[in-house]
Amino acid sequence: MFGYYLDLALRSLKRNKVLTALMVIAIAVGIGASMTTLTVMHLLSGDPIPTRSATLFYPQVDPSPDPDPGHTHEAWDMMDYRSAMDLWAAHRADRQAMVASGSLRLTAPEVNQPPLMAQMLSTTSDFFPMFDVPFQYGGGWQPQDDQSRSRVAVISSDLNIKLFGGANSVGRTLRLKDNDVRIIGVLAPWRPSPQFYDVAGGRFSNGKTASFYNKPEDVFMPFSSSLDINASGTNIFTCWHVPDADTKIEDKPCVWVALWVQLDSAAKASNYRRFIADYAAQQKALGRLTHADNTTLRSLMQWLDFNQVVPSDVRLQTWLAFAFLLICLFNTVGLLLAKFLRRSGEIGVRRALGATQGAVLAQCLVEAGLIGLIGGIGGWLLTLLGLALIRQQPVEYADLLHLDSMMFLTTFVMAIVASLLAGAVPAWRASRVALGLQLKTL
Amino acid sequence: MDILPILSTLRRHKLTSWLLILEIALTCAIVCNAVFLIGQRLQRMDMPSGVAEHELLQIQVADAVVPPNPYARISEDVAALRQVPGVISVASTNEVPFGNSSSNGNLRLDPNQPERTLNATTYFGEDIAKTMGARLISGRDLQPDDFMNVDVVLKALGTGDSKNIPSVTLITRTLGERLWPGQNPLGREVWLTPTVALRVVGVLDSLVRPNAYDTSSAQYTMVVPIRMGASKDESYVIRTRAQDRDAVMTAALAALKKIDPLRVVTTQRSFDDIRNRYFQDDRAMAGMLAGVIIALLIVTALGIVGLASFWVSQRRRTIGVRRALGATRANILHYFQTENFLLATIGIALGMALAYAINLFLMTKYELPRLPAEYFPIGAIALWIIGQLAVLGPALRASAVPPVVATRSV
Repeated sequence: MFGYYLDLALRSLKRNKVLTALMVIAIAVGIGASMTTLTVMHLLSGDPIPTRSATLFYPQVDPSPDPDPGHTHEAWDMMDYRSAMDLWAAHRADRQAMVASGSLRLTAPEVNQPPLMAQMLSTTSDFFPMFDVPFQYGGGWQPQDDQSRSRVAVISSDLNIKLFGGANSVGRTLRLKDNDVRIIGVLAPWRPSPQFYDVAGGRFSNGKTASFYNKPEDVFMPFSSSLDINASGTNIFTCWHVPDADTKIEDKPCVWVALWVQLDSAAKASNYRRFIADYAAQQKALGRLTHADNTTLRSLMQWLDFNQVVPSDVRLQTWLAFAFLLICLFNTVGLLLAKFLRRSGEIGVRRALGATQGAVLAQCLVEAGLIGLIGGIGGWLLTLLGLALIRQQPVEYADLLHLDSMMFLTTFVMAIVASLLAGAVPAWRASRVALGLQLKTL
Repeated sequence: MDILPILSTLRRHKLTSWLLILEIALTCAIVCNAVFLIGQRLQRMDMPSGVAEHELLQIQVADAVVPPNPYARISEDVAALRQVPGVISVASTNEVPFGNSSSNGNLRLDPNQPERTLNATTYFGEDIAKTMGARLISGRDLQPDDFMNVDVVLKALGTGDSKNIPSVTLITRTLGERLWPGQNPLGREVWLTPTVALRVVGVLDSLVRPNAYDTSSAQYTMVVPIRMGASKDESYVIRTRAQDRDAVMTAALAALKKIDPLRVVTTQRSFDDIRNRYFQDDRAMAGMLAGVIIALLIVTALGIVGLASFWVSQRRRTIGVRRALGATRANILHYFQTENFLLATIGIALGMALAYAINLFLMTKYELPRLPAEYFPIGAIALWIIGQLAVLGPALRASAVPPVVATRSV
């Protein structure tokens, strides 16, 4: 029966090509627009590290000395060096890594290339296993390298290709500013979306958060030795006093270090929560911190939510695209109604020959579904075109955009469901045509 | 034109009429809001900077090693840049208008005030106002003996030693009006910390902050006489004639490289580039919204064409009867045009209410202002025009139905 309905539907679609084309275009354009923005949303709002995100946490204490009588001050997005270092050195989590970023001048003495400004991440040895960072050659450094301020570095796949043509560069030398550093590891291509471990300050960005989707840094170095080399180039989040230029970065009245911890169970998480509260209370007793009760421990996904990582323009575009799809559907409902009711005579004959109302309904829905399927193909092509257009834009997440298999399937499911929804009322109306009246007018 | 017969016909086609009305209403609501959003973006992109944008270049370099005397290095660089043919003026600065990275200070009108009055950006560096072309409207510009070295100032701020902190500042007109409404800001003091006050010696007409988000705080700007040293993320700003910019940029880079061949140029751009880059998201969004409006109007027009054609073909016999009874072709044409006008009007009325609702939703979610009344007619006129254009084809076809149809197969 389905095959017969399909055949009928094809004949009917061929009979009025203009009307068919109008409906297919309406669905294709609506699906294309909404799937383009939905794909962008899907890629930007996803879990950057699905295997681990549930066990990753972002502890915060509040080093601000300003009085806060109403308890309205949200702790700053990063920590001062002392607090971060104390919490890290306590090793109370399953894994823990301090993170700070900066930029510096880089050359490879053995390679004849102009110097470049590179982004560097200062971190500790747990960073690589904790975030499942994939290596192409070599590996990360050991905890003793953090202790002994080893001059070692891990570089990104991009930098390895740029400097060494993608060859195994483990053991070769990088010159960072004036210091020689030995490469001990090269990452495989790694592109978390967003670059979660650097996310901070989203609430101050007025929704312009596209920079959270930057590529990971090119150079990774032990926290201790990176400060020896590049204290002046390290990014500072904010300061509660104007820092004295002579003060070492570790002692500046500034927040610039993030701490990530891995806590494998809920019990460990609540223990850790207590641990940082106790730490803040102890530091308050020592007179170093002013606020003991302003500690938080957000999970990775809570932290991303708090920072509203998806740019507000992208969210606005998604609303717009769905409103657009809705209008395209209204349009299709109207056109299908016109199409089905125009065939009232034909339907009358079928009913007179014994077709049930259900059969007529099914026939009309098959036709609507077929339009949806063709519209879906058009929508899929338009989605590819839409994504290609956004990839041309100078946005940080441009290279992330692609249509994965899930979104590919969603395109067709959405197109067919939308067209069936649009076809429901017209099909119901068509199945209910008054038999006698239609036969009389033939 | 008689409206009553049209209304009674439409009452017989309730479902299709309502579909069309709803489609028009939704389109109208979205068009109103989208045009409003475009207007917002365009207005933002037009934000005045107060500087001679077409005549300015920015260069930023990173030295291989911090030079032993960072201030001497800046003087040397600036002197070399001044020698470049075509250069009118050179300044060193910590930040540039629309450059995104901004150094901010909390200002208080009274040293004992617990909360800041506002947050303003602070430009440091020599010859900033003159080089950038920010016009001084009263008072004087900063003089060489006002200036102090940035290291000294930072150290003094740390220790609270107010002798080694500059005592004067330039502010913008807007900042003056905000701090002391209706009064002359010249000679007044503003407090950076409980111990450090700066006296206003000059007022600039306009100088935008590097990270201007909204128009209200975009002009909260001070220029403080602090001398920048090398390796402090400083920029050189070069003023030249618009047509000389490319040649001057090349020559300036060569001059800087000559002083230290190992340094890396991290930024080299004209102020036009800076503005383009700063507002690129807004431009992309405005373009996308314009695309959506056009696509929406086309889709709605196609919907109207489709339904109107259906109605015409459904009513062929009625039209024939009317023609046979004496209606002219113009009567038939006007009938369909009026019908469309009625539907569009109901749709537009609904659309206005919906536009208002969507705007309320956007206001809560995206901190947008209220939709001004003048945007409502835009959607209305667009849809009336689209409706009339779309219905013209089918209506003409209807008017071409010959009266003889009435005699066939009734």
